[in-house]
Amino acid sequence: MNSAAPATGETGGFVSEAALRRLKKRHAAEMRFKLYGQMAIGIAVIALITLLISIFGQASSAFSRHVLTFDTVLDAEQVDPSGERDPNAIARNVSGFNLLLQGQLASEFLPGETDRARLRELYGMFTRLAVLPVARKTADNPSNIGTGQSFTVALADDIDLYLKGAVSERTSLDLGSVRSSGGNLDDGIEVSFSEADAGEALQSALAAFRARSEGGNEPAALIALGPSWFRLTGIEGNTAALAYLTGPPSVPQPGTQASAIVLEQSQENRTVTDRQIAWTAMLRDQDRIKAVFNASLFTNSDSTYPELAGTAAAIAGSILTMLVTALIAIPIGIFAAVYLEEFAPKNRMTDLIEVNINNLAAVPSIVFGLLGAAVFINFLGLPRSVPLVGGLVLGLLVLPTVIIASRAALKSVPPSIRTAALGVGASPTQAVFHHVLPLAAPGILTGSIIGMARALGETAPLLLIGMVAFVAEVPDGPTDESTVLPVLIYKWSTGAERAWEPQTAAAIIVLLIFLVLMNLIAIVLRRRFERRW
Amino acid sequence: MDDRYGCMLETFGHLPVAWLLFAVLAAAGFVSFYVGRLRAVAVGSGHGERLNSQPNYHGYFVAMATIGPAAIILILYGLFGESIVRGQLANELPQRIRDLGTLELGQYIDRISEHASRRDAASTGNALFDAASARYTGLLGLSRIIAIVMALAAAGMGFFFARRRLAIDFRARSRVEDGIKFLLFLCAAIAILTTIGIVASLFFEALRFFSRVPVLDFVFGTEWNAQTGADFGAIPLFFGTFLIAFLAMLVAAPIGLFSAIYLSEYASPRFRSIVKPILELLAGIPTVVYGFFALQFVAPLVRSLATWINGLPFVPDGLLAAQPTSALAAGIVMGIMIIPFVSSLSDDVINAVPQTLRDGAYAMGATKSETVKQVVMPAALPGVIAALLLAVSRAIGETMIVVMAAGQRAQITPDPTADLTTITVQIVALLTGDTEFDSAKTLSAFALGFVLFIVTLIFNLIALRVVQKYREKYE
Repeated sequence: MNSAAPATGETGGFVSEAALRRLKKRHAAEMRFKLYGQMAIGIAVIALITLLISIFGQASSAFSRHVLTFDTVLDAEQVDPSGERDPNAIARNVSGFNLLLQGQLASEFLPGETDRARLRELYGMFTRLAVLPVARKTADNPSNIGTGQSFTVALADDIDLYLKGAVSERTSLDLGSVRSSGGNLDDGIEVSFSEADAGEALQSALAAFRARSEGGNEPAALIALGPSWFRLTGIEGNTAALAYLTGPPSVPQPGTQASAIVLEQSQENRTVTDRQIAWTAMLRDQDRIKAVFNASLFTNSDSTYPELAGTAAAIAGSILTMLVTALIAIPIGIFAAVYLEEFAPKNRMTDLIEVNINNLAAVPSIVFGLLGAAVFINFLGLPRSVPLVGGLVLGLLVLPTVIIASRAALKSVPPSIRTAALGVGASPTQAVFHHVLPLAAPGILTGSIIGMARALGETAPLLLIGMVAFVAEVPDGPTDESTVLPVLIYKWSTGAERAWEPQTAAAIIVLLIFLVLMNLIAIVLRRRFERRW
Repeated sequence: MDDRYGCMLETFGHLPVAWLLFAVLAAAGFVSFYVGRLRAVAVGSGHGERLNSQPNYHGYFVAMATIGPAAIILILYGLFGESIVRGQLANELPQRIRDLGTLELGQYIDRISEHASRRDAASTGNALFDAASARYTGLLGLSRIIAIVMALAAAGMGFFFARRRLAIDFRARSRVEDGIKFLLFLCAAIAILTTIGIVASLFFEALRFFSRVPVLDFVFGTEWNAQTGADFGAIPLFFGTFLIAFLAMLVAAPIGLFSAIYLSEYASPRFRSIVKPILELLAGIPTVVYGFFALQFVAPLVRSLATWINGLPFVPDGLLAAQPTSALAAGIVMGIMIIPFVSSLSDDVINAVPQTLRDGAYAMGATKSETVKQVVMPAALPGVIAALLLAVSRAIGETMIVVMAAGQRAQITPDPTADLTTITVQIVALLTGDTEFDSAKTLSAFALGFVLFIVTLIFNLIALRVVQKYREKYE
């Protein structure tokens, strides 16, 4: 279409130099214009990829979780003080199990310790409610009480994040062995290392972190000498001054193996204390910490502790809400579309309905939430926070989408079908319900599923009808208090602790999986049954 | 005797009647269908001539006449029954409780109904409360019995009259079809009812708000402290809303338009078939996901960028606010979200420009880009403007992204890295949690919603009108 510039030799005055220059400019403009288009598409695609990568990257750490193994004797005094072996009482006795496991941890790591603050630091390794599965398991087998059992308990979210490397940048060093040691545990000890470059390695690791951080933050180093842990308080050449943290309280003998963990942040600037890091390392050496698949993300309901929180109640709430939505939007939407497409007389009323539907499709979703709050909750007195009201609101919200999709599907059925049906004596209603509607069904179904997918992702209207309530139990029916997945995502994203971030991203992935499934079903239906006329 | 009556009322007050009624209605439908059908066969068999309609239609007719009136009564009861019971209970309560005020009285009755709904509920020790709870159950049972009896009577009457009308020349089919058409019309009318519901609820709640706060204070006030119930000047919210929508359009308009132009004028069909669904994927991602992305990824990026700019030597100290949540972060992400709205709508209008216009331009030696800029775009301009208007309306009404990433502070500042608040953020903030529908604080959310509805409605109406005109022009 656009001829290339002719070679100058053949022009013979037909095309001037100036015209050729103009042509070159025009072609350059053409190239630029094309480039803008490519760049625009490139930016959009990159934005999508960044979004997906950032969410999947965040979520990946939430799908695994670290658990702590206990080998413990189930002391009947503590887990079943009444002695009646009543399963319900045992399952409810969270504090008894908690004390049992806390006591065992204390006897291992802080024997004879009376300082409550230090004990609390140790007990912070797991949260109180984490023993609930242990209590339930014991309640199922009361005969286990009094015998030795092995249990796993979810580690606290901060410790879990530390193990996943998210709390503080760190490097591990092997410092060889101790050459000489002196001092005492109360005032601090001094050790020198037999490896010539051990002190230097330690100092350079500290210096590297110091260079990276912005003022006021001092890196910290934790030194393990044999089974005991110390904090580095000063270092000169190959001799280090250390303060005792935890482990067997003895000044290390020459020849003890030494290793170090150097952390970017000092204790005051992170959520995990030095001692907790030492205990974590000791438990790891005993092989008692392992990473497992985070099944509780799908089996647990909401919790105030991120490591125990799951999506089960929200998934059930979403399914119930979607059922109500589908029951409202799909039949009404299809009938409305059939009326408008097949029966409606051409008059002002029909025009009004049509303009109305097109407008409703573009009304902000939050306005439907206001409608729900004012009409369903305030005027009709329906309960708050229930899937019934959520489904009603979302049903009205996606109704225009379903109507528009169904009309398009009905429109695509050729008029010859109707004429043929009428020709053999069917009434208009029979022609529509026996012939046109079945042929349009795949298209209608596809449109309905896409509408449902939109409803599944809606958040704002549900916030206004109170579906943000904290729901710790899977709802039984459409009039039970419940929440839905997108609202759960919103709630988790406002959580203060760092551990909520991967948790939120994981919940987003659960939501996206549902959306992808629904869209896949729609695509398959369309591929399978679509008919070209 | 009296005791047994009370006991029966109580039983009905506790029954899960909804499913039971549904089953009974369905059974009545089936039975009346078969009765009608048999009757029609019987009527038709003795005569030489044939029935006007097939026996099935006679059955449908009888079933319709049986279920229809009963269903209407039960739906009305479902909508209003409980509020009538509550009203009656409120009238019977002692004066000192009725003097509590609407909100407390409502909460008191809520507690009663919650207590009454538990069948094995233990006595609370409060004699008045227990008596009220028992009375509530009794009233509920009574109302249910009345509703059921009325529904059964209506069903019986419908059945009786419908069955009597069956005759050899009775046009059962057209009656049934009229019924179906009426049902279809009702479904279509629900769209109108929804709009009426929206307009009425927003309008009346807004009116109640404006009876407490003058309209002019709301529209022209520059101080917004609704949470404390002090100031209701909405200008900062309008400003925040439009600034963020503007930022979003700065992102979405060029990217969406250029993608549409490239896809419709330059791209090969294969490229188009791959890229178009990818762009549309952006529209399918829930807004709460965008909100999380804005909060976790874009907002920190914007903040560190602003801090870096503040640190440049020639920039005055503290030029940019560099807040952890900012209008810019929300605007950028919202822009990404509305790219597909702009691109697919513009794509449609660009494709609708007749090929003859392009061919004419090419014939005169224009390059492709010149054709696009000087022929296609002017021709498609109304449609493109409509697409942009729809996108703006969507940006104004978008909620989750701004709730999560724009902030809560009502302020007027041109600095895009400051945290701004919008109409939708305030609606969510005001109506989340337990709400009473009597305070100016709650009502102000409806006033804001009313403004939001009107503004987006105007944008949508103009856009839809323009698109329609545009279609007519080229069809």
